[in-house]
Amino acid sequence: MTELAFLLNGTPVRLGAVSPVRTLLDFLREDRGLTGTKEGCNEGDCGACTVMVTDAHGTRALNACILFLPQLHGKAVRTVEGISGPGGDLHTVQQAMIDHHGSQCGFCTPGFVVAMAVNHLNGVTDHDTALAGNLCRCTGYAPIIRAATAAESAPVPQWMRDDHRDTLPRTPTSTPPEDADLAFAGIPDAVRPQTGDALAQWYLANPEGRLIAGATDIGLWVTKGLRDLGPVAFIAGIEDLRGVTVTDSGIRIGANTTLAELGPEIAPYHPDFAELIRRYGSAQVRNAATIGGNIANGSPIGDSPPALIALGAMLHLRRGDTRRDILLEDFYLSYGKQDRQPGEFVEAVTIPRQTDRLRCYKLSKRFDQDISAVCGCFSITVDAGTVASARIAFGGMAGTPKRAAAVEAALIGNPWDAETVASALDAYASDFAPLSDMRASAAYRMEAARGMLMRYLLEDLGAQIRVLEVKA
Amino acid sequence: MTVSSPLPHDSGPLHVTGQARYVDDLPLPANTGHLAFGLSTVAHAEITAMDLSAVRAAPGVIAVLTAGDLPFSGDVSPSAHDEPLLAEGVVHYVGQAVFLVVAESHLAARKAAKLGKITYADRPAILTVDDALAARSYFERGPVTWARGDAGAAIDASPLQIKGRLELGGQEHFYLEGQAALAMPGEAGDMHVISSTQHPTEIQHKVAESLGVPMHAVRVECRRMGGGFGGKESQGNALAVACAVAARALGRTCKMRYDRDDDMMITGKRHEFRIDYRAGFDASGRILGVEFTHYTRAGWSMDLTLPVADRAMLHADNAYFIPAMRIESHRLRTNTQSATAFRGFGGPQGMVGIERVMDHIAHHLGLEPLAVRRANFYTPPADTPDQTKGDIVPPQTTHYGQEVRDFILHDLVAQLEESSDYAARKAAVADWNARHPVLKKGIALTPVKFGISFTLTHLNQAGALVHVYQDGSIHLNHGGTEMGQGLFQKVAQVAASEFGVDTAAVRITATDTAKVPNTSATAASSGSDLNGMAVQAACAEIRGRIAGHLAQLHQVAPADVVFAGGRVRAGAADYPFAEVATLAWQARISLSATGFYKTPGLEWDRAAGRGRPFLYFAYGAAVTEVVIDTLTGENRILRTDILHDAGASLNPALDIGQIEGGYVQGAGWLTTEELVWDDKGRLRTHAPSTYKIPATGDRPRIFNVALWQGANREETIYRSKAVGEPPFMLAISALMALSDAVAASGDGSVYPSLDGPATAERVLMAVRRQQVARDV
Repeated sequence: MTELAFLLNGTPVRLGAVSPVRTLLDFLREDRGLTGTKEGCNEGDCGACTVMVTDAHGTRALNACILFLPQLHGKAVRTVEGISGPGGDLHTVQQAMIDHHGSQCGFCTPGFVVAMAVNHLNGVTDHDTALAGNLCRCTGYAPIIRAATAAESAPVPQWMRDDHRDTLPRTPTSTPPEDADLAFAGIPDAVRPQTGDALAQWYLANPEGRLIAGATDIGLWVTKGLRDLGPVAFIAGIEDLRGVTVTDSGIRIGANTTLAELGPEIAPYHPDFAELIRRYGSAQVRNAATIGGNIANGSPIGDSPPALIALGAMLHLRRGDTRRDILLEDFYLSYGKQDRQPGEFVEAVTIPRQTDRLRCYKLSKRFDQDISAVCGCFSITVDAGTVASARIAFGGMAGTPKRAAAVEAALIGNPWDAETVASALDAYASDFAPLSDMRASAAYRMEAARGMLMRYLLEDLGAQIRVLEVKA
Repeated sequence: MTVSSPLPHDSGPLHVTGQARYVDDLPLPANTGHLAFGLSTVAHAEITAMDLSAVRAAPGVIAVLTAGDLPFSGDVSPSAHDEPLLAEGVVHYVGQAVFLVVAESHLAARKAAKLGKITYADRPAILTVDDALAARSYFERGPVTWARGDAGAAIDASPLQIKGRLELGGQEHFYLEGQAALAMPGEAGDMHVISSTQHPTEIQHKVAESLGVPMHAVRVECRRMGGGFGGKESQGNALAVACAVAARALGRTCKMRYDRDDDMMITGKRHEFRIDYRAGFDASGRILGVEFTHYTRAGWSMDLTLPVADRAMLHADNAYFIPAMRIESHRLRTNTQSATAFRGFGGPQGMVGIERVMDHIAHHLGLEPLAVRRANFYTPPADTPDQTKGDIVPPQTTHYGQEVRDFILHDLVAQLEESSDYAARKAAVADWNARHPVLKKGIALTPVKFGISFTLTHLNQAGALVHVYQDGSIHLNHGGTEMGQGLFQKVAQVAASEFGVDTAAVRITATDTAKVPNTSATAASSGSDLNGMAVQAACAEIRGRIAGHLAQLHQVAPADVVFAGGRVRAGAADYPFAEVATLAWQARISLSATGFYKTPGLEWDRAAGRGRPFLYFAYGAAVTEVVIDTLTGENRILRTDILHDAGASLNPALDIGQIEGGYVQGAGWLTTEELVWDDKGRLRTHAPSTYKIPATGDRPRIFNVALWQGANREETIYRSKAVGEPPFMLAISALMALSDAVAASGDGSVYPSLDGPATAERVLMAVRRQQVARDV
């Protein structure tokens, strides 16, 4: 048994009996009286509860409202109360927010301050992307971005570096604990396997259990669905399921790789996938969410599955000691149903090495931090003016992420031009019968999905085609 | 002189360190009860049975209350006594509170509230404008009509006519701090309520009613809100009353805060409008007559719909003199959340109506829209009328008969046109569009003229309470509430200026009904106009007493006693302010005073739609440039230039903050913020995952905001102007720019008729209408 322990604003915290799904936000506010961290939405969409978390992988911003206490074991947490210096000195981003009138009602401010302090520490200066997970209803953001920009060049205060120093020796990367240590003292029904083997064993024995990596989805089952989860395994510490390996034949992405980690790794090979990931959730969400979770939760939208399917990705599944590989596109059987046996989990996904022809078009009501209405991913190769191959996959167009087989067939073997594209548009009706919901009507989904194919062609022909790249 | 200084928000240092306290942050007694409502899951039905046994048996539950358990009136309406705290036999919308759970924790209360088993007998639900019209489901029995001249005849006699329809969606406030309240029972029937509210007196009134006690037994406090925007003008009543009733019943402190999803399901939003219009005009674009029909979906209770719909009618002219006008306003009762106050209070909807007409006319005539707008502007005032000549042109009047004496838009728009390089950019956009077949840019300039005062005239009053302590420190209190707009800092600057001290000497304190009674809501942009004047009056009273004493002491005229730079001079004597305070105290001079202000000159006959409802108008104008993708409808704002009139600004930094924030919030309303209800009346966009307010990347990348240099011609506090709401409507330029971009995808034969919010979907569908026309 291990005692759940972490650093909180530089002070060790040891917890006995707690619910394994007690959120950090409730713990901070209700148990510790640290009310600077705010609850704005309780679902990871507003960033008012942003905290700074440091472990061996670095320092990042996370949403405390969908962060369960066991996820923090061995890490260091810093809240807005710990962003100021030990003597009460203001952090440079705090002073900049005052000087630039970055707060009005002040309720989102602590979340912004923490996110800005993390960005400042990490030298991140693309503020519009890095702060897209923090909503402000008062300022219109302009003064906040002015403050973030003004603070860039100031040195990082020493206390912001202390967490890294104090935490590193505690992280269990080099010596996985014995099986006996997989459970937390006083927290029944929760384990923290440190290897894929340990996870395989536990999951075989507890096939009804829930795997929690980043909790960006399951977190809402608890905070909004008010569900009891039963036995849970916190798997984010499994290092042998994490990371990206590039060989001559493929790019293998471990299931525990976060979206934030994947973005820069994939960018040299498939830059549009990286751009899609840039718009996936928010910095706080990408810092927690893993590719394995994004694949296995079976969302019809997903965002990375359509890209991976368009790239012909292979899924690596494991159940006990049995492993099998299937094409990702075959994993999704129907809405809410995947080709996954009880006790079976995603180990990794592999993208075959290929010349990059991938373009990803994410369509949502808001550009940043929004679930796609339609996500279209295209990889079309052309040989001597003729379409040689086409892999097209959509999210948001069916009950699962789905390939556009009829559209592909209508393209292959035909000249790569507007006429072919126009004639292929009719094939969409064979592939898809999308739904109308709060994100988009069925007719619009169909129309936009068709427009994306035309966009791919025009972009291939060199037209300026992306509204995000237009300047006044 | 601290007035007009760009001082930071008084709570800035507390905000950035997390020390600023909101209702949910206050330390509580250990036995505090936490509340949650059980909500209706159907839009309109009779409750035939209610089984709450599982709720009562749930872990941590202390008590469960239904309508029958309420001791007195359970009404939480701000207007018509038509909002029971808990449903009385019938539910009127999905999200209505049916029962109240008190539990040991917030989470326990939420969990238990899901366990109610309620049996309903459905009644027909009226969900849409069309449903309501078909059922003749009205507030005020039928439409309200105001007219000047015979608009129908004027239109018919005009050389040219257009007609059209505009749909405008509602808007969720999305204050970052959800609704919250806390009630602490005291002795002898007292109740102390802390509420996140724009209207402490209303909370006091409703709590007193619900407890069957006089208002003197209820004290309501609010230090700050985490955003309000109108959403905390009346929507906090239910939580405060629930807490008070439970606190009284259980003898313990009770707290309630809505989970975000509950907040969005329960509370009202901006009024959704349909506007039908018909206009007659000449070849130069000069309007001869306009008819508007406003249809607004008001929801299940009256709430503030009447003044909201009135204000929409009052802004149907915006900046334009329209010789003949008729407005018919339908306030429709539906089985949805009760639409409520939201920044602009109907003004934005009315204003989009006439801006659409301007845009449509310009399109019809092939004229530059700005030229059409200018041709219809009110005439500028003759500021220094030459009485000897006798040829003074009287000011033009609005369609409701108010003289427009302060019209500055001719000059303001000319200045913005130049600073934004509008004409050259308009040409550049056309050139760019000619070279880009798929992406299209658009640009538009729209003005704002917004009336300042509560249209319910008696609300235009305010009180203040100021104490000067013997050490020279100053305790400031007034009836206004702080929701982020910087009101407290502005008013503190007024107080500091009156005493000639630094703002650090002025302690800003929570709004408290025990200090200043009978306050109006902090609404209608009136906060600093009303409370600034009341505080000035209180300070002047104390200052006068001190000056009188020093004048006697040093044999000078009281008017020659000077308060400046933290010192007070009377003849040769020169004291620090603190020493003067001590002297005055020792001389037994009262250093405490109340101040009061009522807006002069207002008269308004609502039934006739005639009079002077507003003290003055606030003005502004904006140029917005956008780009759209004609394959998907995706769009974004590229650049915005704003010139806005805050009179002689009390604090330019805070005012610019209101303008930037108001614009982006308005742009959200008109672009990405879409409320979607299903055919059962269930709101499907009840969380930020599905309801999309602007994120940082949505603000204009180039965002030039400047203040118009000019004082208010009316005698407002230091000649400043109200600034809370008017900038919201600058965002109408974004909708018109999108319309311009859509038009660029066609051949000019079809007017885009772009509705709001102009989501990517609406933009694409508008583009398709252009292309169909082009391809035929």
